[in-house]
Amino acid sequence: MFDLDRWREIFQAISNNKLRTILTGFTIAFAILLFTLLFGIGNGLKNTFKESFAGDAENAIYIKRGKTSKAYKGLQIGRRIQFRNDDYSYMIDEFGENIQYITAMYSKFLKIIYKDENSMNQVRGTHSDIQFLEEIEVDEGRFLSQFDIKRRAKVVVIGRLVEKDLFGRRSALNKYISIDGFNYKVIGVFSDPGGDNDERYLYAPISTIQSIYGNTDYINSIRLTFIPTLSNSQAIAFGKKIGQKLKVKHNIAPRDQSAILIQNMAEASKGVGVVMWGLNIGIFIIGFGTLIAGIIGISNIMVFVVKERTKELGVRKALGATPKSIVGMIIQETILITTIAGYSGLVVGVSLLKYLKPTLEKYFLKNPSVDIGLLIGATITLILAGLIAGYLPAKRAALIKPIEALNAA
Amino acid sequence: MGKSSLHVLKGLDLEIKEGEFISIMGASGSGKSTLLNILGLLDTHDAGTYHLNDQIIENLNEKKAAILRNKFLGFIFQSFNLITYKNALENVALPLYYQGMKRSERNKKAMQYLDNVGLKDWAHHLPNELSGGQKQRVAVARALVGNPKVILADEPTGALDSETSAGVMKLLRQINDEGMTLIVITHEEDIAEMSDRIIRLKDGVIVSDQKVKKVKVKS
Repeated sequence: MFDLDRWREIFQAISNNKLRTILTGFTIAFAILLFTLLFGIGNGLKNTFKESFAGDAENAIYIKRGKTSKAYKGLQIGRRIQFRNDDYSYMIDEFGENIQYITAMYSKFLKIIYKDENSMNQVRGTHSDIQFLEEIEVDEGRFLSQFDIKRRAKVVVIGRLVEKDLFGRRSALNKYISIDGFNYKVIGVFSDPGGDNDERYLYAPISTIQSIYGNTDYINSIRLTFIPTLSNSQAIAFGKKIGQKLKVKHNIAPRDQSAILIQNMAEASKGVGVVMWGLNIGIFIIGFGTLIAGIIGISNIMVFVVKERTKELGVRKALGATPKSIVGMIIQETILITTIAGYSGLVVGVSLLKYLKPTLEKYFLKNPSVDIGLLIGATITLILAGLIAGYLPAKRAALIKPIEALNAA
Repeated sequence: MGKSSLHVLKGLDLEIKEGEFISIMGASGSGKSTLLNILGLLDTHDAGTYHLNDQIIENLNEKKAAILRNKFLGFIFQSFNLITYKNALENVALPLYYQGMKRSERNKKAMQYLDNVGLKDWAHHLPNELSGGQKQRVAVARALVGNPKVILADEPTGALDSETSAGVMKLLRQINDEGMTLIVITHEEDIAEMSDRIIRLKDGVIVSDQKVKKVKVKS
């Protein structure tokens, strides 16, 4: 129902009673602004925490070898465990249904030469799944394929910084580089958000590296991710199971803790989950508290506003205003002010967060932002609160005898 | 808010005909304001009957009262009761707004009534830019603009000096001459003398009801 005359009355009332309008608007705008900032900072804290402790591959399991700490089945203490290719295939055979990605790794620190440039880098012999286990983004060319591994191809995928060191600004793609005297074709260049170190690796087929350096089937470690559908406790049990099976396979005492080292991210994220839960509760309390403060503020102001207008309302009633038109006028006015103010608070809050983002990130608040749906919900809550808080006194003012309203101070 | 009731009016029998100009007099506490508020549907009576324009007034809710006030009654108050943030024209036009008249029409009509009270040039001034007499004339225009049956004035000259009071009374006289029924409350004898009939109240009862001898000076 659009009533131009009604809106004219309201605009006049608003613009001629600036203090009242500002007071009402400020309460709402300030509450929303605070809500946005506090929530944003809370979310920033949460994001930082999530990133530093949870990492990206929350479902990763690293399997590394060590030395036995117990004598077992006639084998002596201090024996060094060696993984071989059959451990890799054993993992797939035994645990295949729970594995998302898996790779074995056999790394060497080697001299890399291209024309006059040379450097020492870690060359990682892996399976092709490593692409998904590390955060590898292929910028040019392609990554290792299963076919490369099968035919022991002398191909290599190099890090962005390796390309920069050896090739300067030119592209390394399809060029041949010498690794410890053998020529490899560069089939791809990758970047890795993990940092500079990760961009100085070279990835080659594990089969190639094994055959060139010692013609062995040795592997240093195995990395895998379990399927994401496993619950945290299932994932922890899965990690333990791997340890048990490998100990049996390698004749290690069941209680030997140092022969096979299993690093299961599920165990880390168990603690992270508790802290995250705590953070979420904290953020919720902050947001809820701000909202309650806003609701109380707007309610007080509405009571004051109606009280201040009692005499005017009495005059209007004497001139023929019905209670309905009185209540309608106040409600409409309240909606208008609170909506505009709420929206302004929201815009200012979000802009301020954006503006402060670089500063906040210096203080370990990663990506401090608030879900816009949540903000709109908070704004609507405050508008409704203002409405209810305005409705009750307006209704009372509309129903008292005009003479009482006129006699009000 | 305590709801203690107080018997202010104790058995009043009063008939006011159309076109009359009546003043109600009495000391403070005599019940004259209460009578006016009941007549103006600003307050409610709890015993007896009240007929306004041959219509019995009972069990009025605020909505019905508002409609009747808008249609039949115009008010003039001692303290003017203009809306402070509206200019003279908008104040005068307000009863028409509640009658649902279109903006352009009601502004035209309001301007005409402001002209009648001699304030056309002050139409766009806010109440605090007007003198007391001017404010009361705006209030008179506002009371008249909705074509009511009765104008009720509660101490219309109470806040004005004697010269301005005379001007306002002259204006009311003029309105009555054009056929409007007027009921004025006052405690000033010379103001009452300017009406046609004086009703004196004391402790909630009528003590006298007399016609004023016409000493009309035709100009």
